[in-house]
Amino acid sequence: MFETVKYEVNNQVALITLNRPEKLNAFTEQLNKDLERAVKQANRDSAVRCLVITGEGRAFCSGEDLAGVKEDMDHGEVLRRRYNPMVMELHKCEKPIVAAVNGVAAGAGMSLALACDFRLLSEKASFIEAFIHVGLVPDAGNLYYLPKLIGHAKALELAVLGEKISAQMAADIGLATKVIPLDRWGMEVTAFAEKLAAMPTTAIRLIKKNLKASWDHSLEEGLEKDAQAQRIAGLTSDHREGVHAFLEKRNPVFTGK
Amino acid sequence: MNNHYECIEASITGKLGLINLNRPKVLNAINRQMVSDILSVMEDFDENDQVRVIVLCGNGRAFAAGADIDEMAADDAIDFELRNQFKDWDRLARIKKPIIGAVQGFALGGGFELALCCDLLLAADDAEFGFPEVNLGVMPGAGGTQRLTKLVGKTKAMEWLFTGKRIGARDALQFGIINRIVAKEVLMEETLKFAGEVANQAPLSIRLIKESVLKAVDVSLDEGMQFERKNFYLLFSTEDQKEGMSAFQEKRKANFKGK
Repeated sequence: MFETVKYEVNNQVALITLNRPEKLNAFTEQLNKDLERAVKQANRDSAVRCLVITGEGRAFCSGEDLAGVKEDMDHGEVLRRRYNPMVMELHKCEKPIVAAVNGVAAGAGMSLALACDFRLLSEKASFIEAFIHVGLVPDAGNLYYLPKLIGHAKALELAVLGEKISAQMAADIGLATKVIPLDRWGMEVTAFAEKLAAMPTTAIRLIKKNLKASWDHSLEEGLEKDAQAQRIAGLTSDHREGVHAFLEKRNPVFTGK
Repeated sequence: MNNHYECIEASITGKLGLINLNRPKVLNAINRQMVSDILSVMEDFDENDQVRVIVLCGNGRAFAAGADIDEMAADDAIDFELRNQFKDWDRLARIKKPIIGAVQGFALGGGFELALCCDLLLAADDAEFGFPEVNLGVMPGAGGTQRLTKLVGKTKAMEWLFTGKRIGARDALQFGIINRIVAKEVLMEETLKFAGEVANQAPLSIRLIKESVLKAVDVSLDEGMQFERKNFYLLFSTEDQKEGMSAFQEKRKANFKGK
């Protein structure tokens, strides 16, 4: 289906695997486009209620493939053509996206993880803001998401100093949802994703939407958005199911409707 | 009222006259028949005492994604002149009752022009406005260059018309093209609520306010002030003015009759 991405759906989870292991899953134009299309497809597929993005082999994603970088390249155009549409597709996705960071996430590979909703880190995973070491600036949404996730001061530290961030350190500064030991990696990622996929999907969509909007809105606008979102969620069968299950003292079965 | 139209659905609910553009398979592309249907219903609503506010929206994913290109591709200048292509649009501008539009998805080209004929606009957060005519080697012909410019000024109007670039809901709000952004799922609900509020105001006040505001767009301040004054005086010959002022003095809610 895609040249450089593996795409499979199991138990309502779309597993999207960057598949250039010999190049540590470095981005090429093809990989940018494949990932963009895979996310779009998962977002549209009503059978999918959660996305997982991970890397084949020992890396998550090592960022732009430097083999393709030419002296006379217009870096701005590369971003506009290849990366920005991909990041926008992730941003527009209404379903929860889990970055299962199995190994190193460097440069734009780190940006990719930042654009996801959750970051599960293998204990051997690491982040690195590699851009500064080649005289460049973190891109692909990196500087948009990073201060929102960990605050301005820490974001500046990581972006300017460009030091390797271990999984444990990532967890300490709030960049990881969870660090998972190697022997339980696959199992725990699957369990986490399947748990998300079994949650009230419409409510998750509205939470994502209003959280993102909160950066640009006043309290008054936010309160109105709360009211509209609650009106929408209040009409879902998952809401009714949740209330019934609570009253009947049983576990709810959410369908995402 | 004739309830069967080729390109739209029309109905009356309470004090609201509703018009749904109904060519969802072509994203409500606007053809001559549709404009004629809209005009015919709006003129009926304008004369119908039950209707106080007109609500205009589109069935399906889009409000209206543009004009029907197939219908006009082969036309030449004289065809347009002899047909007087935009005569129905001129009459739309003379509807006296307030028109509230609800825009979801695309309002492009003729669809944007139709939205600009509304007095108030609510938009879903996925709404996108734009004039892509320039990409086809033409330009807007049903008021686009005029109404957009009067609304947002020359700077942005020129940019959007030159590039054909889409205007997202947030930009549309920022530049005063729309009144409110709401979640797509509650667009109709919120629009009807909003329309209901306007429908409960004194109808003659609303009517003369609309007339005066539209006048302000076209004339000098002094001329507009004189015009406003006459409309203000005129309202003192209405029953609703007596009712409104008595209700205020008696600290009760006014019951307006539109007389």
